[in-house]
Amino acid sequence: MKVLVCISKTADTTAKISFTADQKSFNESGVQFIINPYDEWYALVRAVELKEQYPDTELHLISVGGPDVEPILRKALAIGGDMAFRVDLQPISIEPVAISIAEHVRQQGYDLIFTGKETIDYNGSGVGGYLAGLLDWPFISLATSFTWDGQIATVEREIDGGREIAEAMLPLVVSCQKGIAEQRIPNMRGIMAARTKPLQVIAAPEKAKENFVSIDHFALPQKKSGVHLIEPGNEEELVRLLHEEARVI
Amino acid sequence: MAIVVFADHHQGEIKKAALEAIFYASEWATTQQQEVIAVVIGEVPHPSSLENLGQYGAHRVYYVNSSWLNDFDARLYSLVFREILEQLQAQICVLPHDFNGRALAPYLAAQWQAGLLTGVCSLPESDGSFQKQVFSGKALAWMHVHTARKVITLLPNTFSVKQQDRKATVENWQPSQVKADQRKIRVKELRTTQGRVPLSEASIIVSGGRGLKGPENWGMIEELAKVLGAATACSRPVADAGWRPHHEHVGQTGLTVRPNLYIAIGISGAIQHLAGVNGSKYIVVINKDPEAPFFQAADYGIVGDAFEVVPRLIEAVKKFKGLS
Ligand SMILES: Cc1cc2nc3c(=O)[nH]c(=O)nc-3n(C[C@H](O)[C@H](O)[C@H](O)COP(=O)(O)OP(=O)(O)OC[C@H]3O[C@@H](n4cnc5c(N)ncnc54)[C@H](O)[C@@H]3O)c2cc1C
Repeated sequence: MKVLVCISKTADTTAKISFTADQKSFNESGVQFIINPYDEWYALVRAVELKEQYPDTELHLISVGGPDVEPILRKALAIGGDMAFRVDLQPISIEPVAISIAEHVRQQGYDLIFTGKETIDYNGSGVGGYLAGLLDWPFISLATSFTWDGQIATVEREIDGGREIAEAMLPLVVSCQKGIAEQRIPNMRGIMAARTKPLQVIAAPEKAKENFVSIDHFALPQKKSGVHLIEPGNEEELVRLLHEEARVI
Repeated sequence: MAIVVFADHHQGEIKKAALEAIFYASEWATTQQQEVIAVVIGEVPHPSSLENLGQYGAHRVYYVNSSWLNDFDARLYSLVFREILEQLQAQICVLPHDFNGRALAPYLAAQWQAGLLTGVCSLPESDGSFQKQVFSGKALAWMHVHTARKVITLLPNTFSVKQQDRKATVENWQPSQVKADQRKIRVKELRTTQGRVPLSEASIIVSGGRGLKGPENWGMIEELAKVLGAATACSRPVADAGWRPHHEHVGQTGLTVRPNLYIAIGISGAIQHLAGVNGSKYIVVINKDPEAPFFQAADYGIVGDAFEVVPRLIEAVKKFKGLS
């Protein structure tokens, strides 16, 4: 089986979110970058587990981005994977990322593709579905469990107020979230091995350079005016405020 | 020209987020003289009741009543939508940004060669830009979709619907290009948590953190939720420790929620937690530490021991609701 995991670079969850003076770009100075947690903790780890279960699995990682995503790909390789690809394109929306990866998939041929549920910066939650749509492969989103018996994949996914268990044949695209795997901390051996694993840079297809969706500007949300504290013992007053002032109960 | 909306349903009951999407499309349509067409896929027990979608702004309902489409499948549903959109020569498709909508929208956008914007929280502004939360709610962005065809998903709970006295015409619609044998995913089992308010649709959420010490203390959280008609949620370490199921985990790496009221009990308010809840209209924090960061994001707060405050709050709500 040949598996591809899509990896995205995002700002650390504790990063201070600020923008350049013209409000047009995210201010990257002083910001630490990490592997998008959904890609790392869930998609990648589950793929590594599959390779452990089926050692003849070929596991590739891919990221669309400038040279700055290479350290992120190395970090991911420290957790697992045989080699990584970087599509040389500054991604500005979902479509170019999916188009770039689809092109690579057509050339390389994969059986199974994992993505994270969404990135924690632009929260698009679209690359997996768009990619599957371009390839015309079946797509299962928000998977909380994935097993493969050598023929059939069984996937559990979250739905409103419940769960759904489905069976599918490969090829298949799955977007992964909590439950599918547990976060792994890379060990020293993994980190050393990652340094010498192949990391190949590939050109982006022309179609991926079109302008589909763009960001005009950013703003920070309005700050709350301040908390109204209620003395313990006076819970009835809180209920009154929620009813009369906030009108939420 | 039509705006086509995915009216997702569960056994005939149209989901709240889908009703919001229909209403959103109708608000958009009034500025462009467009017709709103709600698409209902899979059998529903009382098809005639679909005319009530008119109350939310639908002019017509396309009812695709094929039993082989009862189970959601992003690929098959996308093929159905593409056929409808092409037939109508529509340019805009609106879906709720919920579990199924988030899977269908990107698939459809790829197949219909459209631009995709997910999780918007505004109608297009005068310059054509849409507002969307980014960095898990820590910032807002204004975005443009440059393609003629647009697939938009609407963040649940951002638009409060206004009902009107109108009925939609319900038309049966059958796909001609999609067939049952194209199904590649077989749903084996569907487990819904009976009688519970799903987190994504809840207008009130009662959430507990590590301050509650252990799973045995969730009785009062559930009781408070019950008297308020609320859903329950938790912080990440609580789900990680197995005190509560994973699907209750909210925050930057869990579910993003936007209820009208979020009550946080024994949660410190770490930045990653706040990211998933700061879209809530009102936040109440109950924490024994006056320095807990959550108070800075709160509208109302009680500095006190949850084990004393919550039981009293339950009694106060019961009294207010005339339950005791
Ligand atoms: C990459 C990353 C992603 C993360 N994603 C998420 C996420 O999505 N969601 C999330 O929640 N966290 C997330 N976290 C974890 C986050 O940083 C915090 O550790 C977590 O939110 C803390 O949970 P808590 O508030 O329940 O526990 P604590 O921080 O331990 O806080 C417990 C609180 O309870 C109060 N308390 C104690 N006893 C009582 C009492 N008797 N009565 C009242 N109050 C009491 C304390 O004063 C304290 O404020 C993430 C972390 C990282 C690094």
